Amino acid sequence: MGRYVLRRLLQLIPVFLGTTFIIYTLVWAIPSDPFAGKCGQRPCPPEYVAKMRADFNLDDNLFVQYVKYLGKLFTGDFGQTFSGVKVGTLIADAYPITIRLAVIALVIEGVIGLVAGVLTGLRKNGFLDNLVLVATLFLISLPVFFTGYVLKVGFGISVSSTAPLGDLIVPGFVLGSLSMAYVARLTRTSIAENRRADFVRTAIAKGLPGSRVVGVHLLRNSVIPVVTFLGTDLGALMGGAIVTEGVFNIHGIGGLVFINIQQQQGVVVTGVVTLLVLVYLAMSLIVDLLYAVLDPRIRYE
Amino acid sequence: MSDPAVVAADEPELEQIVTGKQDKPRSLGSDAWHELRRKPTFLISLILILIVVAMALFPGLFTHVSPTAADLNHARGGPSAQAWFGYDVQGSDVYARAIYGTRASLLVGVFATLGTVLIGGIVGIVAGFYGRWTDSLLARFADIFAGMPFVLGAIVIMLTLNAPGSNPGETRILSQVVFSIAVLSWPVAMRIMRAATLVAKQQDYVKAARGLGAGPLRIIFRHLLPNTVAPVMVYATIALGANIGAEATLAYLGIGLRPPVVSWGVMISDARDYVAAAPHILLFPAAFVSVTVLAFVMLGDAVRDAFDPKSR
Amino acid sequence: MSAHDTVYDGSSGEFVPPQELAAAATEPLLQVLGLQVEFHTRDGVAKVLNGVSYHVDAGETVAVLGESGSGKSVTAQAIMGILDTPPAFVTGGSVKFKGEELLTATAERRRMVRGEGIAMIFQDALSALNPVFTVGFQIAEQLRGRRGLSRAEAKKGAIELLEQVKIPNAAGRFGEYPHQFSGGMRQRAMIAMSLALDPEVLIADEPTTALDVTVQAQIMDLLAEIQRERNMGMVLITHDLGVVAEVADRIAVMYAGRIVESGDARSIYAEPGHPYTIALLESLPRLDLKGQQLNTIKGLPPNLTDIPPGCPFNPRCRMAQDICREQVPESVALADGRSSACHFAGELMQRA
Repeated sequence: MGRYVLRRLLQLIPVFLGTTFIIYTLVWAIPSDPFAGKCGQRPCPPEYVAKMRADFNLDDNLFVQYVKYLGKLFTGDFGQTFSGVKVGTLIADAYPITIRLAVIALVIEGVIGLVAGVLTGLRKNGFLDNLVLVATLFLISLPVFFTGYVLKVGFGISVSSTAPLGDLIVPGFVLGSLSMAYVARLTRTSIAENRRADFVRTAIAKGLPGSRVVGVHLLRNSVIPVVTFLGTDLGALMGGAIVTEGVFNIHGIGGLVFINIQQQQGVVVTGVVTLLVLVYLAMSLIVDLLYAVLDPRIRYE
Repeated sequence: MSDPAVVAADEPELEQIVTGKQDKPRSLGSDAWHELRRKPTFLISLILILIVVAMALFPGLFTHVSPTAADLNHARGGPSAQAWFGYDVQGSDVYARAIYGTRASLLVGVFATLGTVLIGGIVGIVAGFYGRWTDSLLARFADIFAGMPFVLGAIVIMLTLNAPGSNPGETRILSQVVFSIAVLSWPVAMRIMRAATLVAKQQDYVKAARGLGAGPLRIIFRHLLPNTVAPVMVYATIALGANIGAEATLAYLGIGLRPPVVSWGVMISDARDYVAAAPHILLFPAAFVSVTVLAFVMLGDAVRDAFDPKSR
Repeated sequence: MSAHDTVYDGSSGEFVPPQELAAAATEPLLQVLGLQVEFHTRDGVAKVLNGVSYHVDAGETVAVLGESGSGKSVTAQAIMGILDTPPAFVTGGSVKFKGEELLTATAERRRMVRGEGIAMIFQDALSALNPVFTVGFQIAEQLRGRRGLSRAEAKKGAIELLEQVKIPNAAGRFGEYPHQFSGGMRQRAMIAMSLALDPEVLIADEPTTALDVTVQAQIMDLLAEIQRERNMGMVLITHDLGVVAEVADRIAVMYAGRIVESGDARSIYAEPGHPYTIALLESLPRLDLKGQQLNTIKGLPPNLTDIPPGCPFNPRCRMAQDICREQVPESVALADGRSSACHFAGELMQRA
């Protein structure tokens, strides 16, 4: 078990470096002068530009820039924008609502998706099964912004950045709707496959009550792929929140990234994406550990 | 084990069924086709896709109105006998634009999917076939792209390639959208291909071919590929739908295709600020996107079910 | 289909051997009469069981012998009530446990019989045990759920069961997972699990097929010992004639969903009364016939969606006559309580 965790942990390092390097390169490779228009109508004075270029290490080659950035990052310093605002503060302001939104979306998709998947997996080809199948097809087909607009207009919702959790339920539903469909289908397939498994037949032959056969033996084996999906989905939800946030006017990290890319505030963009990648990697590590807990066969490989 | 003949007969007859030595010999392929032909979802999705393809190839067949003709007098006019879907902000016919927008949307979908499947397929089959450190290396490489949030990644790529305020040409922006989608979604295709390769590699005839000294290219093309292509094709069908949706999402965010290109995404992007006043401008292109995505996802589902005997 | 149709009424099971009808009068521990099962498939209706009858008494071992696909396992699953419906449907016959009809019993009553009345051991213990729970948990859960034992008591009981099936260091292995056990140990754990509720009938479905030859003998010895000690009735499903000769008191030979021959094990080995049984016995390799061509049974078992008219064995039978292709042979009584479903059963016995 210890070796397994260590190996997974080591594997994350190159992935983290690779992702952040690519993002850093892309962001700082934006091919125009980042200081154009930063000093009002006139071009910036050369000494200001020189100072800024030195502050942001823009005269080093890209690789050195990246290493310096990374070094600061490890001390918890995300750097600051050209106008001197700390990126850490910007992110700290925008993150909480996005995290809340993503977690709500995760809970909604997990609960509804699992329940729908279990019910339909147990009774394949029944009325409910077809109903859920059609519903998931529609959820997959409808673009998120469309579902968002329809529900926004339907519920007449506007959300402030200090919104209580209740206000985030509809946006959370919108954000999680696509994944909800996947969870339902994944669970359904998994349940339907395991339902015919030998160990389920054994559990029935042992004379266990039906609730225990399904609730313990069948479910425990079937949730493993679903848990894996849900875990890695948190990062994707936070990254994908940008559309939902746009529709519902939520000032989370989506908006932050969008504005700052257009203003060429590279530090902010790299900071946010780095954090999202960290969330993704942390979640995939947790998923791996959870996987080992849920499936003992993994532990002893 | 839902196939009763298999339940009843254990291994020897299972073998007969698989190898088709029974009274009525049937290969997996023809069996799947037999199954598909009777499926209403398969037929419906096929008809929808044919219509969409026809709209992309011959938009003139469906409308005589020019998609770019604009009459501000009609701006935001609702659906009527002259314009079934109403007029957009510029006073252009929404129906005509939706028909003419099919081509760009479908092109993005098809090419992005091709890119995804080609990159993912090649990397996946190489990783699965060579295994060991090649596999670990490629798997980590795929993780790098899998960990990047799709929308954010696409935003960064698109804005890096086009500085704000620049006005890239039609072909260029189209290929950039295709590129962004493919680069960010190939790891999924890679994992599917890798998993299928690992299974196929364990087949006895592949081991036999290796034992007989067949070269890696021959094994990959003659023995592995025919066995791994089905799951990737199923994924590709569904991904094609998803990519058409992605085009719309990127356009909605204002970083995808842009005028003068006519696409569903562009129409949606134009409609963004007028949803409250003229919902039909958003509704119709969004409906086109949804129906097309639905058709491809349904097709993928039907094909997968037909090829996967376990799901019957 | 009304509930009544599923109970044997004396007419639906046309192949019930006379001695089974006689046994039914005295109420054996487990009695199967004229059992019929169909599988509804895309290729048509497969008649998997076409009137299967056998019985088991306490303390005796009945071996059900036959090729893959002959319906041995389906019969066992129908007795246990664990057939997947659909595609499987019981269309006729009767299964009685201590005189109680099971096919018409409530689902809850059938569940109570499972494990406590009739328990079952499956062929492949690796897939039959749940991979994500410890072996101990899987045994103890029955004791807790059905016997109402506390966690500690159930653990103690489970360890005792593991000891009874001679698993070394039983207490230590209680917390291990099925994949950590060797093949033989896993099958022992499976047996321990089946014994948890002290069943009166044990159905062992090819319990040794997945094991090494040396381990096979150990498992068979263990089963025989447990069966003797507990005076259980045992149904041993197998295609291994060697195993049968060692442990079986009586034999029922199955072909295409029917019992074609049944009777005392020793006497069937001595003088088989059905061409299929003869062919099975001849296909055994024998040391004294070393160097000679081995007699195998030509052809394949019939397609169950399209069983040939007449005797289902006729396309593969060396002595098939015109009557075999036209008329389904009824089960006829032979000496010593034996029976055979062959038009020429009498002549075969004389010839032998």
